[in-house]
Amino acid sequence: MDNENGFSLQFEIKGSNFGSAGKVSTEIKEILQEIGIDPSIIRRAAIATYEAEMNVVMYANRGTLSLTVTPKNLHIRLDDEGSGIEDINLAMQEGYSTATDEMREMGFGAGMGLPNIKKNSDEFKISSVPGKGTSLEIIFNLNQAERA
Amino acid sequence: MNQYYHSIRIDTDKCDGRMKCMRACPTEAIRIRKNKATIIEEKCIDCGECISVCPHNAIIPLTDPFGELAKFRHTVAIPSPALYTQFGREILPDKILDGIKKLGFDDAFDLAFTCGEVSFAIQEYLREYKGPKPLISIACPTIVRLIQVKYPSLIDQIIPIEIPRELASREIKKKKSKQFDLKEKEIGTFYLTPCPAKMISIRQPAEKGRSHLDGAISISDIYGPLLSAMESTEKISFRKALGNICILGIGWAMAGGICRTLRLKNSLAVSGIPEVLKVFNDVERGKLRNIDFIEAYSCPQGCVGGSLTVENLYVSYNKILKLIETLEYEKIKACPDIREVRKLYGQKYFFMEGKLEPRPLKPLDEDLGKAIKKRKEKDTIYKSLPKIDCGICGSPTCLTFAEDVVTGEAKLEDCIFSLPQKLQDLSQEMISVLNKSAIFSPKIPSQKKGKKKE
Repeated sequence: MDNENGFSLQFEIKGSNFGSAGKVSTEIKEILQEIGIDPSIIRRAAIATYEAEMNVVMYANRGTLSLTVTPKNLHIRLDDEGSGIEDINLAMQEGYSTATDEMREMGFGAGMGLPNIKKNSDEFKISSVPGKGTSLEIIFNLNQAERA
Repeated sequence: MNQYYHSIRIDTDKCDGRMKCMRACPTEAIRIRKNKATIIEEKCIDCGECISVCPHNAIIPLTDPFGELAKFRHTVAIPSPALYTQFGREILPDKILDGIKKLGFDDAFDLAFTCGEVSFAIQEYLREYKGPKPLISIACPTIVRLIQVKYPSLIDQIIPIEIPRELASREIKKKKSKQFDLKEKEIGTFYLTPCPAKMISIRQPAEKGRSHLDGAISISDIYGPLLSAMESTEKISFRKALGNICILGIGWAMAGGICRTLRLKNSLAVSGIPEVLKVFNDVERGKLRNIDFIEAYSCPQGCVGGSLTVENLYVSYNKILKLIETLEYEKIKACPDIREVRKLYGQKYFFMEGKLEPRPLKPLDEDLGKAIKKRKEKDTIYKSLPKIDCGICGSPTCLTFAEDVVTGEAKLEDCIFSLPQKLQDLSQEMISVLNKSAIFSPKIPSQKKGKKKE
């Protein structure tokens, strides 16, 4: 992914680590601000990466998030190792969630995670192998948007 | 060059570069250059942290001296409600306002009443508002600047209702000019401020309009004179003075005061920059959409924790809390008439005259491609640094140093950990020069050659 014009970084996310949940999305937001991405795109990217990060924390053992920024787009890829998703269509429905009661009590698991990522991104792909893990690909276009 | 006005100045005679301010700065706006602290203007949000930590009082808040009063025909002091917390519990606002008048002001205005009006106006705004939540209070100018600089996407969530001191000053000038047949500019209104940030919001309002106030005087400057002036004020009965306190407005001096007096259900109060950052990060991620209203202050516990206050902030916080409890218990409600506020609200009386615009930090480069390249470079440099944030280079952290190198503000050699490597390289070079020389050939083999020795 890393090429002449691009900048890539990788972040490791641990499952069940609620204490540092949100760190990756904050770091990504700061990087995008330094580069000078439009604030409205940063906001969408912050929401999408946060939801993606939380999915790993809540449902997977571990995950790797790679961010690549080129003058054309932001490309975020997330691969996790975990239980995977049995029925992707169902998981993409708003309100559907397999969160435990404890997670819900903490305000998570409203069944908005994946739909929210899709809603906020320009391109969104998901694939999953039950019992192995899930992969997300999230893209934000930069070329049409005005620069900050 | 001076695009942004700041209320802080560094006295370079007193500063000896001890880095305390650089480490305390929440927006990493301070660098030490040639043993003196310097402020990066576009990053500074005027929170005043540096003032509090400087061991030499080398960082000076630029408030107005008392002499400014002489420029006006009629002067009015508008103390922040935080001033009411600075004295013992039996000293109520009435006595303090009387004391201020003895200091040379023609009048002293109780801002708590205006704060109460604004509290009601906020309530009205919350009721009508349909956009993304939570809404954020405008009370703290540092927080407004923090949002402009670091959270530009949240700017439309700041409640666009004018701050009480501006409304009060506008009203005072209107009334007094009629009363005394003076021009509005002949009436000087001075805010008695608990923090330097209020000073910039007067000199350079965040929404780029013009302030209705003429200056700000530090509470710590006025504290001593006021204390003695109050000794000669007439006795007022405690109960009567209590009856004049607006319970809605008095809470503006502390974090949580607005939420508490308005009895807002889904609201929260946060104070201290590190805590505010945590909450705003959550807001930005969309995690706090169920919260209606956030009261955020840069100083711990709100304005009572301002760097220009005198009393211990927990003592003053507690004084407000107890005062609110007493007023609640005694059922004293010297508050603005809500019907009157609603009428004024309908006439747009409370709304800000200008519009808040984001003020995002300059990116690493104006060109997106170059900015990406520089960010990559920053990462490479950072990886080569010791990551112990010693600060000797003059930047607060290794990460900011890497950025300073990329933007040309610092040189890689400024990192003291690059010194041994540099010395080794230099000595290698010297030896090789000496070895090449035909005149003088010392018996010192260079390291590499030494290893290959036959």
